Amino acid sequence: MISNLFSLFAGIVFAVGLSVSGMVNPDKVIGFLDIFGKLGKWDYALAFVMGGAVIFNFFSFRYLIKKKPLFDTCVSLPTNKIVDYKLVIGSAMFGIGWGLMGICPGPGIVNLATLNPMAILFVASLVVGVLLYRWTSKFWFKL
Amino acid sequence: MEQILYPLIGGIIIAISSSMVLGGLGKIAGITGIVEGALHRPGKNVTWRYAFILGLIAGGFIMYNAAPQFFQYELKASPLTAIVAGLLVGYGTRLGSGCTSGHGVCGLPRFAKRSFVATMTFMGFGMLTVFLRGVL
Repeated sequence: MISNLFSLFAGIVFAVGLSVSGMVNPDKVIGFLDIFGKLGKWDYALAFVMGGAVIFNFFSFRYLIKKKPLFDTCVSLPTNKIVDYKLVIGSAMFGIGWGLMGICPGPGIVNLATLNPMAILFVASLVVGVLLYRWTSKFWFKL
Repeated sequence: MEQILYPLIGGIIIAISSSMVLGGLGKIAGITGIVEGALHRPGKNVTWRYAFILGLIAGGFIMYNAAPQFFQYELKASPLTAIVAGLLVGYGTRLGSGCTSGHGVCGLPRFAKRSFVATMTFMGFGMLTVFLRGVL
């Protein structure tokens, strides 16, 4: 129970970070992805979101990975180390979707709170996309 | 200065949350991974995912009301764009095992090669998509 409250609180903190950083704002995201300045002046600000997050986690993860988690017996990390075509094709698809809408999954969920119909439609389609992958994942393993 | 300060502080707050998830729950805070897992039957490994997603929405609600200055924008997308983008993001992040949070915020600090390739790929294709939208 307490671990679920902890998780709820972590989710709230995540949403605060996404809001303050500007990641929830599709104008900022598109402005950042527009490195060639096709739609206006390049807005480099969001580079500092990833920069700040990566530097903080570089230090905290090094410490936390070796520790026993507060509410679990061990840390579970991804075990796959192979760069394959699934990783590249999947990430390319995600990049195209991100560039079309200017919203990645976390900000999409945070934007649900604004009750914007396009945000709701985006997140609903995202869930359908996740389920579509589950039903078609066998196809990718055969390739 | 403000231009850079908010992104930097926001990025650090995101990192604090993902460090809480790792240090508290022993998990990687990848949003689409959490969503994917939440779409399974309820069980021991599913409730923390519901709680986290509920927290994201609750946090959005709190910020939207307490600090509306961060939400001064319009989602200008057409319904078709929202559907196509959502499907691509949902499908692509599962095929590629992660999004901005899982690969970027949590993978890069661990020097995970897969996360580096994924982040370069989705940023590159995001930039390409915006470039093509500007040209066409």
